[in-house]
Amino acid sequence: MSASEAARAKKESFKSRRVIKLDATGTYYKDLNREIRARAQEGFRLFEVNNVYGQRYLGTNLWGIKDREKIRIRIHGTPGSDMGAFMDGPTLEVFGNAQDAIGNTMNCGRIIVHGSAGDVLGYGMRGGEIYVRGNVGYRVGIHMKEYMNKVPTVVIGGTMQDFFGEYMAGGRIIVLNKFFEGNPPIRQSYFIGTGMHGGSIYVRGDVEAHQIGAEVGISEPTDEEWKVIEKYVAKYCAVFGLEKRQVKLLKREKFWRLSAKSKRPYGRMYAY
Amino acid sequence: MLTSMLPEFRVERNEDRCIQCRVCERQCSFDVYGYDADHDVMIHREENCVACQRCAVLCPTNALNIRINDYTYKPNANWTREHIQDLKKQAETGGVLLTGMGCDKPHKIYWDHILINASQVTNPSIDPLREPMELRTFLGRRPDHLEMKDGKLQTIEHPSVELSTPIMFGAMSYGAISYNSFASLAQAAYEYGTFFNTGEGGWPKELRKYGKATIVQCASGRFGIDLDYFNDASMVEIKIGQGAKPGIGGHLPGEKVSEHISQTRMIPEGSDAISPAPHHDIYSIEDLQMLIHALKEATDYRMPVSVKISAVHNAPAIASGMVRAGADVIVVDGLRGGTGAAPKILRDNVGIPIELALAAVDNRLRDEGIRNWASLVVSGGIRNSGDVFKAIALGADAVYIGTPALMALGCTVCQKCYTGNCAWGITTQNPYLTKRVNPEIGTRNLVNLLRAWSLEIKELLGCGGINSIESVRGNRLQLRGIGLEQWELDVLGIRGAGQ
Repeated sequence: MSASEAARAKKESFKSRRVIKLDATGTYYKDLNREIRARAQEGFRLFEVNNVYGQRYLGTNLWGIKDREKIRIRIHGTPGSDMGAFMDGPTLEVFGNAQDAIGNTMNCGRIIVHGSAGDVLGYGMRGGEIYVRGNVGYRVGIHMKEYMNKVPTVVIGGTMQDFFGEYMAGGRIIVLNKFFEGNPPIRQSYFIGTGMHGGSIYVRGDVEAHQIGAEVGISEPTDEEWKVIEKYVAKYCAVFGLEKRQVKLLKREKFWRLSAKSKRPYGRMYAY
Repeated sequence: MLTSMLPEFRVERNEDRCIQCRVCERQCSFDVYGYDADHDVMIHREENCVACQRCAVLCPTNALNIRINDYTYKPNANWTREHIQDLKKQAETGGVLLTGMGCDKPHKIYWDHILINASQVTNPSIDPLREPMELRTFLGRRPDHLEMKDGKLQTIEHPSVELSTPIMFGAMSYGAISYNSFASLAQAAYEYGTFFNTGEGGWPKELRKYGKATIVQCASGRFGIDLDYFNDASMVEIKIGQGAKPGIGGHLPGEKVSEHISQTRMIPEGSDAISPAPHHDIYSIEDLQMLIHALKEATDYRMPVSVKISAVHNAPAIASGMVRAGADVIVVDGLRGGTGAAPKILRDNVGIPIELALAAVDNRLRDEGIRNWASLVVSGGIRNSGDVFKAIALGADAVYIGTPALMALGCTVCQKCYTGNCAWGITTQNPYLTKRVNPEIGTRNLVNLLRAWSLEIKELLGCGGINSIESVRGNRLQLRGIGLEQWELDVLGIRGAGQ
């Protein structure tokens, strides 16, 4: 390695370890996101954004940046809607609650919310992971899909509202119904999985037949699926700093798997 | 096999001409023909015939004549043959009637009630063969005013795209149409300097070299979408609605999701591709604004974002909301817009003609002083260059053509796209049939179509003494109505012929 190459490598390594601190107070989302993109293009990988109040589209504009899966943005405050929309690689961690449409059509990457999140989380999501410590709103996980080695996964510590996993075509959602004070009980959620034709929803707690769509079947998770659930619960505990023994407290018999009865729910509707 | 149906078409074979070469049998994808070796004759299963005319065109001795079957029920102005047959089909199947292409009902075609002006003596006409004629068109938001300082433009430009002619190929997904058809559209648009639209079925990697001529769609199913998909293109279009089936989603059956389509849509092979009716992140104009700006963020504000709706009763108010939400281009798709598959009842009864919607939307945006914020593209029912010219004079910036482009590839509008058996190799994924569209010939035919229409538009400009399409845009004085009632003239914003 020549001296100049060594110097460049040292500089790169310095950039990848240095945390860029940004104060979002009074900053328009476009300017905030442009700033992050510009610094990421320079080679910086770690970001700490403070005083975020409703700025949208965090993590969306990081297209075409080398090693973008190493980008990690820690967000303090309440980020705006469409956080991580179309995101392809980076990790976003929110120390607070998040708004609507988090991880919209996300392709790859990780979102961690140390609070609750709003409606339409993970809409059309194809890859990556989303962890929400608390509860989520309405229409979460709609039309999630999977492809090849991409299996999008959403883990929710609390519970969800209506229209959960509608049109779901792939991926998995795990609802732990635990770890969070004041959960609304699961029985408040209706129209779960309406139009579902792929993927799996794992719910801890009883789901009544009148809460789910006509296309959805209820069964027990298989041994293999239980291993996957355990793996993601362990990950959930790790990202939120919970003790691992919490995993053991989750009884397998409390979990139900919701999945599509048919891959062709609308196959017999038409006259040719 | 339905038992209560009369064959819709009759196959007439001139036995003197027929040489039993069996071309008709090989070409028919609807299983009409068979060969009886014992008697050396061709046999017909007329109930399967869709009148696509593939056999008649390819018959080497012109021995075939496919015509409407003249069996008739007792004539009845109310219970037409179509109503009776549809009803019987539903009684046997209990299903929603499917169809393809655009509305074929005799709703008034306003293009045919609008006439174009020409120059005589004063303001002389121009000969386009000798003088330059400008068809170049830009789509995107225009600034409210221009500021110059020291001879330099100060206004920040909004992103726009440039078209060599105001005609683009409308959204038809790979999946709805075959790969060869899709590739022909891409290459022809690229060669002619205009655009094709990928539809919502993704965009194969090897066609990304045509990015300068590509508009990509973001629809409710979000198929094949990632950041490369947007950033490799020149414009992104949010599809809300489609003229052929306003208010409902799409459904590509699993059997059409082949290996390559699965890669392009990024869904597993053989799985259904279901597009929900609404985008579930859009329940209001504010939500639409959110997605428009998400797409602008995702593309770093480098390209215009378009929003497409179908022409419905309150299209002008919706269009105003779309423009205010930040759409740089709005697309309105009319009642006669085509589709690969739609419930017949929707296709024929929902929506309004594009001519009226176009005039009403343009009026509304002008009245509100926001017409320059967005370009207006119309589609659904454009049949020739005269329709294009009239659309532009009514206020459109450009048009999308879908059905005419497919006709250039061989389509005869038999309306059986939804069966996946297209004998012309267009709306099918059967490899035996898709070979029938040769991408080189397809590209050539599409380029020819664009060239022919562009030349005709120049002729129409020249006869009106105008040398730039920009001078026709929204210039309704170029138009007069004929056979229209006052309310229709009022909506179109034109005067009657002779007035």
